[in-house]
Amino acid sequence: MAYTRTDRALNELRPMEAKVGVIKNARGSAMFKIGKTIAYAAVYGPREMHPKFMQNVERGTLRCNYNMMAFSGSGNRVRPGPSRRSREIGLVTQNALAPVIDLTEYPKTVVDVFIELLQTDAGTRCAGICAASLALADAGFKMKDLVCAVSCGVVGDTPVVDLDYSEESYEGGAVDIPIAVIPRTGEITLLQLDGVLSKEQLQKAVTLAKHGIDKIYEVQKAALRAKFTGGK
Amino acid sequence: MIPKSYIQALAKKNTRHDGRRFDEFRQPVTVEYGVSAKSAEGSAKVTMGDTVVVAGVKMEFGQTYPDTPDEGSIMVSAELLPLSSPEYEGGPPTIEAIELSRVVDRGIRESKALDFKKLCVRSGEKMWIVMIDIYPLNAAGNLFDAAALAAIAALKNARFPKVEDDKVIYKEPTDVPLPLSFMPVSCTVFKIGDKFLVDPTRDEELAADARLTVAFTEDGDICAMQKGGDKPLLQNEIFAMVDLASLRAAELRKSL
Repeated sequence: MAYTRTDRALNELRPMEAKVGVIKNARGSAMFKIGKTIAYAAVYGPREMHPKFMQNVERGTLRCNYNMMAFSGSGNRVRPGPSRRSREIGLVTQNALAPVIDLTEYPKTVVDVFIELLQTDAGTRCAGICAASLALADAGFKMKDLVCAVSCGVVGDTPVVDLDYSEESYEGGAVDIPIAVIPRTGEITLLQLDGVLSKEQLQKAVTLAKHGIDKIYEVQKAALRAKFTGGK
Repeated sequence: MIPKSYIQALAKKNTRHDGRRFDEFRQPVTVEYGVSAKSAEGSAKVTMGDTVVVAGVKMEFGQTYPDTPDEGSIMVSAELLPLSSPEYEGGPPTIEAIELSRVVDRGIRESKALDFKKLCVRSGEKMWIVMIDIYPLNAAGNLFDAAALAAIAALKNARFPKVEDDKVIYKEPTDVPLPLSFMPVSCTVFKIGDKFLVDPTRDEELAADARLTVAFTEDGDICAMQKGGDKPLLQNEIFAMVDLASLRAAELRKSL
């Protein structure tokens, strides 16, 4: 089934907004908005890891927690508390961010990243990763780079980047591929895929995503500059 | 953290660690509506100085209760997110979160601000349940007042979703507001030594002996109260606290 995107180009991301230092109590924090999806992230620690047997004597541990606010879903109220879905997203978020952060100075501790979704219109894990990587940078940890994430995929037969909810739930079928990238090296730190597509379509979709990543990187860097260098 | 003894000593000298008067709220006090408009039927974000709280309303159909077959209902939940303070941990709702949600619930329910009869869809069968979820984004003291204000603002902002064949179509909101006849507003007064103050910072909260939350109707009548803290209060102290709360609640109401 052919799909025509009317509100933007196929390689165009939804409008983005990013801000760091939005949660005063946290060591680092950020808000990342893409289209109508709004993610907040806060970083606490390094603090002592409990239970003790989980302590790593060589370096600090990064721990990510993803949560949707009860009213932030597209249908009924989301039941509060961790679900299998949210725990899995916490895990893949952790794996997406761990390669860029150096916690060797903080053995036996944990650095907690909490991600909360205030409003959702698909692409929540990617928005969460973008916010979390900004929050870690805001907290001042040693990092190789930021991490940028966006979903790409195929709606109907059409390869697109940054699917919104109406596209993700398109009745002609959709494939959703969230990707996270370390922009400086091009390394991919998160890759998931739901749906069926050909190798050629995957290639096209991923190429679109890589292009989108650069745009996200610019927005993230501008947000950090706005706080730390007064926008310069 | 500021030591308890220091805050108590300051109170004795009629002053506070941030230089405010006892009856002065932190600034700015702001209410932003529709912060989750795509997802929630109603939503709002309240800022009180460093404290930031969001609340959202979801509407669902439910079975009417046997004792109130002609009424709908509300449900208020609060979660003290570990994102909002280093003091909070994940896991099931803590007793603090439960007390917070119950006090906000009573302020709305007992004031009869929301006409439950109009939330009944079919007598003895089907009702609307208005679910209000409250989350601090930055917990820096006085969550009670910020949460109550956010909850009522989210209710004011809420619109019924469309209903077709007895099913809720969430992506199509109507322009019908909830049957909210007026807006109850709460103010909490804290007692430190023999002094009363409003809108404490977190450090002041931890140094307080007792607190009294009072919710008021638009006419200034009292519609819910909750005493907190483990120190007792005298009758004349309670009336002094209600007077102070009444003045400040009227002030808070202006931000809605």
